[in-house]
Amino acid sequence: MKSTWFSSLGLGLATVATAAILGAAPAKAKTDLLVYTAVEADELKKFKTAFEKDNPDVNIKWVRDSTGIITSKLLAEKENPKADIVWGVAATSLLLLADYDYFQGYAPKGLDKLSKKYYDTTNTPPLWVGQRAWIASVCFNTVEGEKYKLPIPATWEDLTKPVYKGHVIMPNPNSSGTGFLDVSSWIQIQGEDKAWKYMDALHKNIARYTHSGSKPCKLAAKGEIAIGISFAYRGAKSKNEGAPLEVIAPSEGVGWDLESFAIVKNTKNLKAAQALADWSVSKTAQEIYNEEYAVVAMPGIAKPVKNFPVGIEDKMIKNDFKWAAANRIRILDEWRKRYDGKSEPK
Amino acid sequence: MANDNNGEAYLRVRNLTKKFGEFTALKNVSLDVSEGEFVCFLGPSGCGKTTLLRAIAGLDIQTMGTVEQAGRDISALPPNERDFGIVFQSYALFPNLSVTRNIGYGLENRNMPKADIAARVSDLLDLVGLRDHATKYPSQLSGGQQQRVALARALATSPGLLLLDEPLSALDAKVRVHLRHEIKELQEKIGITTIMVTHDQEEALAMADRIVVMNHGVIEQVGSPEDIYADPASPFVADFIGTTNFVDGEVQAGGRVSVAGVAIDCGAALDGLNPGDMVTVCIRPEDVQVSTEGGGAGIPVTITDVEFLGSFHRCHVMPVNGAGQTFGKDIDFMIDLSAGRARDLGIREGMAVQAALPPEFVRIYRPVGGG
Amino acid sequence: MRDAAVAQAPRITPKVSSEDWIMRAVLVGIALYLTVSILLPLYAILSKSFKNADGLFVGLANYVNFFSTPALFWSIENSLTVTLICCVIVVTLAFIYAYALTRTCIPFKSLFKGVALLPILMPSLLPAIALVYLFGNQGIIKDWLFGYEIYGPIGIVMGECFYVFPHVLTIMLIAMANSDARLYEASDALGASKIKTFFTVTLPSVRYGLVSAFFVCFTLVITDFGVPKVVGGKYNVLATDIYKQVVGRQDFEMGAVVSMVLLLPALFAFAADRIVQRRQVALLSARAVPYQPKKNRVVDTAMLAFCCLIGLILVSILGMACFASFAKFWPYDLSLSLKHYNFDLMDGGSWNAYWNSIELAAWTAVIGTAMVFTGAYLVEKSKGFHSGRAAMQLLCMIPMAVPGLVLGLAYVFFFNAPNNPLGFLYHTMPILVICTVTHFYTVAHLTAATALKQLDGEFESVSQSLKVPFYKTFFRITVPVCMPAILDISMYLFVNAMTTVSAVVFLYSPDTALASVAILNMDDAGDVAPAAAMGMMIVGTAAAVRLVHAGLTRGILARTQAWRKR
Repeated sequence: MKSTWFSSLGLGLATVATAAILGAAPAKAKTDLLVYTAVEADELKKFKTAFEKDNPDVNIKWVRDSTGIITSKLLAEKENPKADIVWGVAATSLLLLADYDYFQGYAPKGLDKLSKKYYDTTNTPPLWVGQRAWIASVCFNTVEGEKYKLPIPATWEDLTKPVYKGHVIMPNPNSSGTGFLDVSSWIQIQGEDKAWKYMDALHKNIARYTHSGSKPCKLAAKGEIAIGISFAYRGAKSKNEGAPLEVIAPSEGVGWDLESFAIVKNTKNLKAAQALADWSVSKTAQEIYNEEYAVVAMPGIAKPVKNFPVGIEDKMIKNDFKWAAANRIRILDEWRKRYDGKSEPK
Repeated sequence: MANDNNGEAYLRVRNLTKKFGEFTALKNVSLDVSEGEFVCFLGPSGCGKTTLLRAIAGLDIQTMGTVEQAGRDISALPPNERDFGIVFQSYALFPNLSVTRNIGYGLENRNMPKADIAARVSDLLDLVGLRDHATKYPSQLSGGQQQRVALARALATSPGLLLLDEPLSALDAKVRVHLRHEIKELQEKIGITTIMVTHDQEEALAMADRIVVMNHGVIEQVGSPEDIYADPASPFVADFIGTTNFVDGEVQAGGRVSVAGVAIDCGAALDGLNPGDMVTVCIRPEDVQVSTEGGGAGIPVTITDVEFLGSFHRCHVMPVNGAGQTFGKDIDFMIDLSAGRARDLGIREGMAVQAALPPEFVRIYRPVGGG
Repeated sequence: MRDAAVAQAPRITPKVSSEDWIMRAVLVGIALYLTVSILLPLYAILSKSFKNADGLFVGLANYVNFFSTPALFWSIENSLTVTLICCVIVVTLAFIYAYALTRTCIPFKSLFKGVALLPILMPSLLPAIALVYLFGNQGIIKDWLFGYEIYGPIGIVMGECFYVFPHVLTIMLIAMANSDARLYEASDALGASKIKTFFTVTLPSVRYGLVSAFFVCFTLVITDFGVPKVVGGKYNVLATDIYKQVVGRQDFEMGAVVSMVLLLPALFAFAADRIVQRRQVALLSARAVPYQPKKNRVVDTAMLAFCCLIGLILVSILGMACFASFAKFWPYDLSLSLKHYNFDLMDGGSWNAYWNSIELAAWTAVIGTAMVFTGAYLVEKSKGFHSGRAAMQLLCMIPMAVPGLVLGLAYVFFFNAPNNPLGFLYHTMPILVICTVTHFYTVAHLTAATALKQLDGEFESVSQSLKVPFYKTFFRITVPVCMPAILDISMYLFVNAMTTVSAVVFLYSPDTALASVAILNMDDAGDVAPAAAMGMMIVGTAAAVRLVHAGLTRGILARTQAWRKR
């Protein structure tokens, strides 16, 4: 326990509860920077350490949750925002939030070194800046596959084959950013009508929908399911940990989204927020991004990541964030109408 | 009906009314209690006696009316601004405190030096005879001992008024009789003004200087035990205190009343009544005179049942003379005879005797409900 | 006669002493606390359900939307289905179990009782996780489901049965303990057969207990969120819908609507239970003689077997969770390791979450116990001020009828409203403490009230007559005498604060992440083994607290047995 809190309960109980601050007494006055993020928990420590090494006067406090939850938190607080900066959250979500006038534009130092397709070019200075792409992938458990005699799928279409019935799990797009980018990419690749037909067929094979985007791959890694529709980083990571996984990028093309940051309007810690923004486009940061992700915003940095699907970059679809953000609610409503809450009729 | 003793009453209750919602528990009650007096509130349950006590204590303050204690108007004061000690039926002893601490509880809060408290508690322990039990907890004491602890605790702060709310009713009969005397003795010794609530007439008769008989929220009669027993002011009092025969009677000319067809002399008791009026005639079972000779002034009766009650026999009788003559519908007429007298008369079931109602013991009331 | 003459006598207005003022002030303070912590938030969520996302009043539009979306209103049917199935199963099993513990001569009764109470020590998420390890795709006894899937109604029913068993059993044990041996003697004397006695004496005497158990089970299951969250699969129920609406879809208004829909059956069950309990009190005769079971070889053996079976199931579910938390890489590497206890690399706030939970539980126990006991004391023992006490009594009962998720969401609406001066509490430890104290207020209050009712009603009158202020008597008499109940309350609050998920899931912040919520988040992220590990931390802590409580209680009873009547 680093510290206990000091508070007054003030309501009804006429007593005031007090607690002293334990341990670190008057340390250097650091700025606490409240950062809302959807970056996987196991990476956060690394970023915090690296950033604070370069910016010792700032202390990052993470609010970490999956994309849907972070987005919902931010929306819930829109009257009264708590975050200083949103960092490592899907660009689609940031675009949605930008509609509520949530952010203030800022051009971080070194923005010009980034690829133009990875930041907001409609506004100057940009409201949001991309950091790295997270890309949809399919995790296939080879042990389970063998057990049920499942061929390794190569395409999205393959997953609708009857042989996979009950062996596929995907994230619920209503809560998971990964789930949404899957749905949005299928629509963008095939057009709306065909995409829904595809999903109808896929739905027949889906064992269940999960709340988070990384869970399908983690379940596949444990053999709880044979096939988990998830994202590449999670698949590679699990495989590196020794899971009997094959990480596949289906050949039709894969959906992706950008982990991006945006500074919250009227933040009290603007300087610190800008410092994080500057650091986030720096070469140091981009190199750290690359440790786990194959595609980063700064061209020429990326080195291949172990166990990442080969050639996944070429399979990334041409993603229209604006379209995705604008149609998000409509797509999710339609999705929910079709697939959510369908109790099994057995 | 109020009070004979005017002048300097220690406790003066005036026009007290207590309502619980729609229910009126006390109706306009007035009462004086003199200093050092032992007064009992007596009545059946629900008669308002405990309500009156709690109003005097300030535990349930009356809706209307005033209470003065030692010349101070305490009508609206909370209990802690009044001056009394109280013993409840349950004693309300603090289970986690020893006898000593229980008795000293009220003293510890008064900035008294520890030594003074100890001395006072020690005196009280002697007073109630619990010196040997000083360190015990209430649950380790008998009911009677607990009762005495409660009494000592109530007396510890030397209050001006001692209130006892059915203090003996949780005890078994023998202990009750014993403690009755002890409490009375103690009260006389200290001379503290005491009010005790009880539903037990024997207790009231044995202990009180004056008894306040209550019924339905009003005072029926106030008087010394002897007065109340000998001269009950109403059929209720007559019935509630001791045992009384109630028989139907009809007023006749010449100060007589006809009971079961036999005329009885009543004289002055008939003031304001006219011949032909129906009345209730009361006489206590022990006041009925029995003889075996025929032709006397008595009512000829047959003994239907004899109960042996130790020192006396209780005979239940029915009138025999004249067809259809009775004491009244469903009336059970009783005659108490001392063991010796019963033996002399050779009392037995089915025996015919004469029951005379001596005028000096007969009381006449208008029929209940007719007043 | 005399009445008319003085009808005009002035009314007496009792003087309110300074002590009375203190009592009233504290009572009003606690009532205010409850108003702020339950009434106003409930109003906030109710009004939210009639507004659109921009805060404009739209009447019943959200409700119309709810009932025209099959995915949503089907959940009502789903919720009712699993809940009713659970109720039937659990009430039956608990009845037999309680029967075995009270009416037969089986050995190891206290052991069986202890085992049956195990589920109280854990958040409902944990048994659900254990079910995945037992019956999931890699489950060790997966085949026992005959090809059916654990994810869905089967899993929900199994998990809920485990979770509510101790609650229902406790009610059944009390109901059974209250039965009157004289009735059995009479039945014996009349030559009734065992079976006839069962139907004519045993069942009728516990019927109110059965009904009450049914309603408690109903409320617990329909409002539980942990089990369906983990093993619900595609089977939506109301509790998970609220979470999905709010967390997944950011649709707070619909969340409010579903909350209202969930509140209704909970309110109904609560009201029904209160009515039944009132009847039961009237049923009991003070002179009842406790029943002494007689040996019966056949029945005892059968009951022992039954208890062993249930006990085994309960223990193996916990045991499975325990093993899962230590297995290195289920199911491929089952060697033992502590790596899943390294929470710092997981979602859900790391080891801090655990310490935060301890902190929350400690504050909840201390502040909650003080407030609840003081409040109950004032309701039971203060004089006058009837309206205030009646209002307080009512306020104390409301929290029990409000599902945790609804309460938590209501807090979001209420405390995060931009114009709320109490907004500074949002995202802090105090709001979690307030929420948890309030969530569990009713049961704690009833425990305190029951203990206080057993005290002599005249302690306060006596101390007033002795001019001792009420607060001195409160601390010197009431508190020491009620100490066992006070310990019970604080343990109840502590354990529940450790295990609760539903109310706090909307309220925690990064600084105040909690262990129970961490289980949810880790499971959500697919880190099931660490979730189990965190669950085991909670179980261990709750068990330790229970042991300490048992030790303290025993110590106090031993030290005070001189004056305590048993």
